[in-house]
Amino acid sequence: MNEQVKIDLDRAERAEKLQGMGCKRKRVEDIRFTQGKGSYVDDLKLPGMVFGDFVRSPHAHARIVSIDTSRAKALPGVIAVLTAADLKPLGLHYMPTLAGDVQAVLAEEKVLFQNQEVAFVIAEDRYIASDATELVDVEYEALPCIVDPFRSMLPDAPILREDIKDKMTGAHGPRKHPNHIFEWQIGDKQATDDVFAKADVTIKEMLVDHRTHPSPLETCQSVASFDKVKGELTLWGTFQAPHVIRTVVSLISGLPEHKIHVIAPDIGGGFGNKVGAYAGYVCSVVGSIVLGVPVKWVEDRMENLSTTSFARDYHMTTELAATKEGKIVGMRVHVLADHGAFDACADPSKWPAGFMNICTGSYDIPVAHLVVDGVYTNKASGGVAYRCSFRVTEAVFAIERAIEVLAQKLGMDSAELRMKNFIRAEQFPYQSALGWEYDSGNYHVAMQKAMDTIGYRQLRAEQAEKREAFKRGETRELMGIGISFFTEIVGAGPAKNCDILGVAMFDSAEIRIHPTGSVIARMGTKSQGQGHETTYAQIIATELGIPADDIMIEEGNTDTAPYGLGTYGSRSTPVAGAATAVAARKIKAKAQMIAAHMLEVHEGDLEWDIDRFRVKGLPEKFKTMKEIAWSAYNAPPPNMEPGLEAVNYYEPPNMTYPFGAYFCIMDIDVDTGVAKTRRFYALDDCGTRINPMIIEGQVHGGLTEAFACAMGQEIRYDEMGNVMGASFMDFFLPTAVETPKWETDFTVTPSPHHPIGAKGVGESPHVGGVPCFSNAVNDAYAFLGAGNIQMPHDAWRLWKVGERLGLHA
Amino acid sequence: MIPGTFAYHRPTTIDSAVALLIELGEDARPLAGGHSLIPLMKTRLASPEHLVDLTGIDGLNGIERSDGDVVIGAMTTQHSLIGSSLLSELVPIVRETSLRIADPQIRYKGTLGGNCANGDPGNDMPALMQCLNARYVLTGNEGPREVAARDFYLGAYETALAAGEILTAVRIPIPAPGHGYAYEKLKRKVGDYATAAAAVMITMAGDTCTSASIGLTNVAETPLWAEEAGRLLVGTKLDEGSIASAVAAAEAITDPASDMRGPADYRTKMAGVMLRRALERARSRAKA
Repeated sequence: MNEQVKIDLDRAERAEKLQGMGCKRKRVEDIRFTQGKGSYVDDLKLPGMVFGDFVRSPHAHARIVSIDTSRAKALPGVIAVLTAADLKPLGLHYMPTLAGDVQAVLAEEKVLFQNQEVAFVIAEDRYIASDATELVDVEYEALPCIVDPFRSMLPDAPILREDIKDKMTGAHGPRKHPNHIFEWQIGDKQATDDVFAKADVTIKEMLVDHRTHPSPLETCQSVASFDKVKGELTLWGTFQAPHVIRTVVSLISGLPEHKIHVIAPDIGGGFGNKVGAYAGYVCSVVGSIVLGVPVKWVEDRMENLSTTSFARDYHMTTELAATKEGKIVGMRVHVLADHGAFDACADPSKWPAGFMNICTGSYDIPVAHLVVDGVYTNKASGGVAYRCSFRVTEAVFAIERAIEVLAQKLGMDSAELRMKNFIRAEQFPYQSALGWEYDSGNYHVAMQKAMDTIGYRQLRAEQAEKREAFKRGETRELMGIGISFFTEIVGAGPAKNCDILGVAMFDSAEIRIHPTGSVIARMGTKSQGQGHETTYAQIIATELGIPADDIMIEEGNTDTAPYGLGTYGSRSTPVAGAATAVAARKIKAKAQMIAAHMLEVHEGDLEWDIDRFRVKGLPEKFKTMKEIAWSAYNAPPPNMEPGLEAVNYYEPPNMTYPFGAYFCIMDIDVDTGVAKTRRFYALDDCGTRINPMIIEGQVHGGLTEAFACAMGQEIRYDEMGNVMGASFMDFFLPTAVETPKWETDFTVTPSPHHPIGAKGVGESPHVGGVPCFSNAVNDAYAFLGAGNIQMPHDAWRLWKVGERLGLHA
Repeated sequence: MIPGTFAYHRPTTIDSAVALLIELGEDARPLAGGHSLIPLMKTRLASPEHLVDLTGIDGLNGIERSDGDVVIGAMTTQHSLIGSSLLSELVPIVRETSLRIADPQIRYKGTLGGNCANGDPGNDMPALMQCLNARYVLTGNEGPREVAARDFYLGAYETALAAGEILTAVRIPIPAPGHGYAYEKLKRKVGDYATAAAAVMITMAGDTCTSASIGLTNVAETPLWAEEAGRLLVGTKLDEGSIASAVAAAEAITDPASDMRGPADYRTKMAGVMLRRALERARSRAKA
């Protein structure tokens, strides 16, 4: 074997041992999860712990005439029953929301949605608490309710929020009606209107992204334990953003922040549901402060689906203007946003409609104008980003459905229409008409690769044949080809425009190398299943040349983790991942000085080689990071502080913009309305890929939730405001049987501003998946003149389409 | 989803179970696999004060041939029904139906007797038992009596079970050799109740249908035996015209609720579609 081959082999072996970036490393957290050894909030058992449960409103809108807790209090085992009257003196009957509104903790004079919290029963065990909720006598006087957001601002609409009825300026400007929350406008209205007035072709479609729920398997829960002697509160909970919770608890309770210990243990899925603050958290805290014992609150499934944050409910009137050749010249969107009874959206504070202004999508659209009106209705509050960055699923749904509508009007293939309008590679960084600077992209290449891989032309030919066969009565199946090409906007965000209640949206990493060369690193984010313990370690492994298996990642304990804004909106890799790389590089710079001292050479004479610094030109003279770590503590260079650790608070200069090309092939049985996904291909470009296996898993998960949302998942209300189907018996959570098989693929276009070029991926498949499924359904019926078919596309609704088109004998 | 307080009893004989049910009266419910009752209790739609678990009683399990019947003990699980070679040979539609019920975990616990006795219109076995003209053995303090499945269901969760009676066995008349069968079920996902389902048993002589029996699941407050629809097929060659009239007759007796599975008109039409598909498959299986 010659010398060079030997050196190469040695380097390859050393690199492989690290299991750094690019390695399909198995998830280290799965060792405990797959053996039932995860530790969740509900696993917590503390001495003397008691249990809380809510009395909830059966009405969607009613005045509370009286609350009588005496029968409940008389039940043996019941310790206390809290109502708004108990919380009011503490100023806690309302709490601030992330969107600048307030939200009732326990209803005071009125209830505003079905299942709203009215009283909190605390008892010795969970069963007694539940029994006692039935013994709290609440007298209601029912009021007319608003379910349809289009009725919210009618002149004669009942006023829902009497608590703010005279406050005609909200957190985001003037309100046009007592049931109006905000109007948000962006873009150039005049220029857009002018373009529409002169355009060859325009389309206008009302696209509904219906109300649904993130439905993580673990519901929301908390345990509060107040130590009266120390005056300290420990709060365990299902928190996607534990530090923010600590700050909010401090602000509303008056307890100093250092006396509040917030701990988010293992979390069983979040998908946005666990970003906000809920009445249960507040009541468990108040209960523990009042009683001096730990109070546990665990939401059940029906409570989770019907009360804690929903997602979507955007009614988007979407317009495109184009030349007759298919060049899009303008976009105009009006959104009616149903926020429910309180504005509890979880968006950065300056963005009442999230990043809805990414709705120009992947296309070079010169002018655009967007207006969003938020309104109150008698439904649960929320509006969280369900596996997406803030309102990005809605935005991508609007543009990707609209493109299809335009293609149909132009009589043009929609893939071709997309190709014609994509932002070109040389236009990046690209300034969008609605204010974003897209960092990088190579859309034509991704789209072409996707089309070639699935055999797009052949599929269209097959579809044409099938359509003829359908017309001849030879088949009862319709074939649909769904396309979506999405651009996400993730990694909030730059301090100039991203904050939550005034806290800038940086994130953090603190890395400490022990003398023997192993590592503990802590981040301000919080995994809910994303695999942070695996992937952050891989970043450090590559940056510092220490095997990932020797690196422990810790998150979720606000006493030990550096302050961060948490995990949602695919921000962990773009923000905390960047902080991790920067902190590692600080360590590496110090390590280089130590290595130079050890090798008795000048720093500049050293070069980094996988896991060591070596002398340039003398590869046999080197010091490994492990050796350097020992020296850092025990024999640092003169005048150098011992130790080897660093912390970085990273404020991103820009968002990152992952993108992808998705294709769905669907066959629909017109007689039952049952749609079968024959094939689903997802090409994702998330920049630098840290762990391809985790990426694939994230794509599978996101697509499955996209499939659910598009094909049947919904939170529906009847005209009385009764929430329908809020249990897993009815709520469509697909099992492995219903879930299609996913084909994944990728291109790599690194982010130019991110230290390792990574963009984030966990939410892309959801964002791109929902319109892809909906486009497949719409495409299947398009040749029959079906017009726009709204989601969700469950079987009975598709059967109704067939009924409307006269397809049934 | 926390049930109310209840007492748990676990008798070891039918007599003591019956005695308990009589003594405890309306506040007591027998418990078999629990997969209908426990969810109702967890949502507090049912709050029995006593559960009388039948698991400890010997002799309620098993599948055997007896005279012209297959006799199945009430506590026989769906999993056992699926695994029974006797059933696969003599009444294969039972296996086909069991396989469409929920998922393997639930089928390990869920029983034939519980599925039949609970009176839940969403359960699959009742319509199948009506289709097969099965008889239920109901045991009370006067000893056993038999009631035809076709006479057993009075309304949603209302059955011919008298106070203190327990459904202890199901007797299925052995169908003619060479019969055609099919159970077609439309559901949104694994574990869901049927949007609509149809059980079909036919016999053919040459290309003529000599008998036809049809059961419909979850399209009314009770399971439905579509007697008229079956009658319309007998003597026909199962041509499009007679199938269409049978489908129309079956649809005419449905009265489904509108729910998250779809509005009533859809569910009625799906009963028809399932029947049509079940008939096609049954015919393809029938040996003349």
